[in-house]
Order: sequence, then structure tokens, then C-alpha cells
Amino acid sequence: MRPVYALAGGVSKFAKSRPDKTFQAVVKEAYDQAIRDLGLEYAAFNRLVDGSVASYFSDHFTRQLMAGIMAQDYLGLVPKPSHRVEGGGATGGLCFQEAWKSVASGHMDICVAYGFETMSHVETWKGNEFIALASDVSFDYPVGGFYSGYYAMMVTRHMQEFGTTVEQMAMVSVKNHRNALHNPYAQKSNRYSVADVRAAPMVAWPLTRLDICVMSDGAAAAILVSEEGMRKLEAAGAKITRPLVRVTGIGRGTDAMRMSDRPHTDYDTFMADYATEQERSSADTQAYYRKLWDKGTRYPGVHSFRAGRTAGNMAYRMAGIQDPLNELDFVELHDAYTSSEIQTYEDMGLCRYGEGGPFAASGKAFLPGLDYGLELPDQPVCPVNPSGGLIACGHPVGATGLMQAVFAVWQLQGSIPQHFGDPSLQVQGARRGAIHSHAGTGTYVTVSILEQAG
Amino acid sequence: MPKLPNRREESLGGFIVHGVPFPRQTDPASLALLKQMTPLQIEQEYCITYLHSYGQDSPWFAGLANKRLLASRDPVTGYTYATPRGHDMGSGGETEWIDITDRPAQVHAFTVCYFGSEEFLPETPYVLALIEFEGVDTLLLTRLMGVDPEKAALDWIGMRVAPRFLRNSKLKPTDVYFVPA
Repeated sequence: MRPVYALAGGVSKFAKSRPDKTFQAVVKEAYDQAIRDLGLEYAAFNRLVDGSVASYFSDHFTRQLMAGIMAQDYLGLVPKPSHRVEGGGATGGLCFQEAWKSVASGHMDICVAYGFETMSHVETWKGNEFIALASDVSFDYPVGGFYSGYYAMMVTRHMQEFGTTVEQMAMVSVKNHRNALHNPYAQKSNRYSVADVRAAPMVAWPLTRLDICVMSDGAAAAILVSEEGMRKLEAAGAKITRPLVRVTGIGRGTDAMRMSDRPHTDYDTFMADYATEQERSSADTQAYYRKLWDKGTRYPGVHSFRAGRTAGNMAYRMAGIQDPLNELDFVELHDAYTSSEIQTYEDMGLCRYGEGGPFAASGKAFLPGLDYGLELPDQPVCPVNPSGGLIACGHPVGATGLMQAVFAVWQLQGSIPQHFGDPSLQVQGARRGAIHSHAGTGTYVTVSILEQAG
Repeated sequence: MPKLPNRREESLGGFIVHGVPFPRQTDPASLALLKQMTPLQIEQEYCITYLHSYGQDSPWFAGLANKRLLASRDPVTGYTYATPRGHDMGSGGETEWIDITDRPAQVHAFTVCYFGSEEFLPETPYVLALIEFEGVDTLLLTRLMGVDPEKAALDWIGMRVAPRFLRNSKLKPTDVYFVPA
């Protein structure tokens, strides 16, 4: 495998509805921005790019099969190679990693990953039905298929196992909506209080409307290159932003589609197969987990995402990360629900299983220098979703994981002030970050590590 | 040679369009103004009836129609799935059917859905629950009846429950639901 760099990216502003353009033209907005950032003419870049990977989740939303090739031809990329990837909510994360593979393997020197979703073409509740069809249509969907309901069941178990509270979940919503006040690409932003989140209409107990991301129209694109690809672009006149951003780790995991099928493993299996290196090497953590298991906890059950833990461990191993909380400067993770952000803190080893709720309320995942209107006992350590995450930015499924990649590139370039027109969300001194993309109830999860090179 | 139809049949169906703006002339200046036009949106219908096969899981649904709740068990390891699987995840071997209708059961996790997919909106608020059974390794997703959705509380977890079956089977997983035991 050879080094892969994420050079540039673009994001269309995520919106509830984009009837002004077809999905191909919205993809082009993101693609145009990525090329503009390289300082190249459109035609010059299109001559050099070797191929692409397209990502969108549901054919139902567009009522159009093979929408990927329609974006490819609108961008003027035919007859170059391309394929579409699909893996539910993780589609964008999978797309980013497929582009990485194309470059790392030597198959391409310059590859563009683009993704989109147009969810506004159907009513919200029909959209929820389409999404719920990404659950087993024999056993799960007909019982009352509703993804917010599935995640709500998972968090009731998390609350029962670990004492997680709805107020801790609400703090995630407060943080992410507040961060997004400084992100012009975000669909939503606001100064909410914990009380506001709890007073919002109940969707699936205990999750309220402000605990849940919204549906969006939008697109994102990221350009990945080898060192040879970079030379070709510079020879054509590209002004490549430095410091360079290198993709140093990728990881993926999966789990059973029906969460009812997930195992409930014992302590020894958890420690052998799923514990992080950090957890395995700590006698204190071993004793902590032993106590949890003695009380009846089993792993992953429905309270934790084994795919997320698997993806994180794999990516950390590749990037040489031992202590994620202190070795990552920020994380953009898949917070389709406030509860899943808390569950993901644990999966990604930012804290131990069972400590996600207190971690959310600690302040460690907040940005310094912003007034959240909350009493936070700890200083920020590793801001999570400095962009506002899915809860505020929106979730046009096929674009979401790529949006995270673009925001991560901008963080590591130090170009958030330029791209957002506001310096507030720039993580000072950011050298390494993680992006995390997650499909329905944790079926596919990707974690990718990006860091400044040299 | 028979005369071929050269005219499409007309019908009264279609879209009623209320005043679509368009320039009277198609000179370059007028055409350039079209860039400012608001998008046209039309309705497209999409309605399909699928013939869905339950395949190797069919006996489970036949069991519900006969008021029996079946589960799948690996004959070698005894690992048992409350939601049926034709083959075991570990051994890859074919599972066998067992009857768990009368096993002690309790709520493992739950929610009350106040919204839902379009198909289920008329049924809100409804309670979804994952049920665990004594001696069974995995869970079953079901509807929980006989509890007040407005009084949802974490202590529903662990509640003893029992299956109840529809008298008139619909051959769906909702042919069984659970009520407090």
C-alpha cells in the first residue's frame, strides 16, 4: 500500500430541499468547490483524474436506478472508471475508503469520491419508510419499522445497563446545534438548552425531535491522490494546500442486520476479541469491566455497536494510535441520534463502555472558547463533531460520510476559518482526526484516520 | 398490410399546470431569463406489489398461524435464536426447530413510537419491544400491548411477558405480540 493524501473537498450546503437543481447538478457544486480549492481549471482536473467512486444510499429516494452514472456523466467524467457503493448510513464512509483503496493499491493516482442524497422528493414519513426498509422485511419492518424506534430501544438498554440519562443525551444536542452556529454548511443551528431538547416533541421514547438528525438534500466530494498524483496536479498548475493531509488508517466492521440476532458475549470473549489495546493493558479497566459483567452486562447486546468497535480498533492499529482520546485532536462521528453519539464514544475508545453518558456531560468533547450555556466540569480534550455533526448539518445519506471527510481535511489544513468564514470551529493545532460513518443500527461502520503529513 | 396506428391515444389524465411562465419570444435575452425560472415539480407514482417468500423461515410463520412460537437451534452447540435462522452463525450448520411458546420471557429493551413510517403512522403511539426468553441466546422484536404508552419507564425492562396470537393470522411477524404475564 502506498501513501494516500486527501487533498481537497467540497460540500453543497445541506438543505431540507433543493428543487432548484437535479441531484447531478448538486453533486457538481461539491465537485466544483474541490477543484477550485486545488486552483485548477475544471477541464484540466478532469483530464488528470483517473476515476471515481459514487455513493448514494437509496434508489427509492431518487426513483432512479443507476443514479451514480448520471452524476458521473454530468461531471464529464465518462468514460473514466467508476462504481457505486452502498451501505446504508455508512455509504459515504465506505465511498471514501473505496477511493483510498483505488489510490493505495496503485490502481489510480487521482480518484474523486462523490456522494449525494435527495431525500426531499417524498414526505418525511414516507422517507422514514424507505429508511426502515433497510431492516429485515420479513421480521423487523412489518412489526413497526422505524429507525428512530430501533435506536430508542437500543438506548433504553444502554440506560438500563449503565445509568445513562436523557439529560446527558440532550447535552450532545446542545453541543452540536451550538457548534453549527459557526458552520455555514449546516442545515440547522441554534442555542438550545437541555430543557429545550427534552421539551421537543417525543418521537420514540426517550428520543425527542432534537435528539434526532433530519433528512436533507446535499452532496459532498473529496479528492484523494498518491504522491505521483500530486506531482501530476502540481505540474498542471495546482496550488496544493499545505500542510498535506494523509489518510493513515482505515477500519471497517459489520454486525447482524437484525439487532435481535446480536450476541451477548461473556467477559473473556469481550476482552479477547473486542477490547482496545488500552483497555487490555489496564488492570483498572479490566477490574471495571469484570464488575460490569458480574452485574450482568453482556457484549455487544443491543446497547453497543460491535461494528464500530471493530472499525475503530482496525483503524487505530493501522495508524499506530494507542490512546484515542489523547492522540486524536477531533472526531467527526455519525450522530444520527444523540444516543448513538454517546454509544460511539465508547465504541471508539474515547471512554470505557458504560461511561459514555458522563463523558458527554464532562465537557471533554466540547470545543474550547464557545459558550454552550452549560456547566461543564472538565476542559475540552477531543472535540467531537465540531462541525455540528449530523444532528445539525443534516444527513443526506450518501454525502454524509464524505462531508465528514471534507470537514476533517479542512480542520487539518487549518482552513476552517477560510471555508466557514469564521474561525470559531477551527480546532487549534489539529494534527490528527478521525471520521466515523455508521449504517442502520450498526450494521456497517467505517472509521478513517486523517493526519497532517510531514 | 394492415394500417398501423399513427396517432397516440388521447386521455383526460395528466397534470393541471397553473400558469408556467415562459417568454413570448425566444431571442437570446429572453432565453437567458429562463435561468431565473423556478423549478417545475411534478408527481410521480411508484406502487408495486411484491410476491415475498419466507423461504426456509416459512415454518415460523406457520407456527404463529397455529398459535405456536418456534425458535431455531443449532443441534450441536444448542445455540438458540428467537428470531429464526436457517443456519447457525458459528457452525454454519442447519438449525432445527424448537417450540418456545411457553418459555418464561421478559422485556429486554423497548420504546414507544409517537411517529413512524407512513405505513404505521395510524397506529401511533405503539410500543416496540425486544423480548428475551429463558434458555434462548437471541431476542425477538415484537409489539408490546397492555401497557400505557404515556407511562413509559425504564422499569418496563425486565417485565415478565407472554405471547398472544392473532385469531386470524396475517402471516406476518405481528401475528404474535406480547402482553404482561
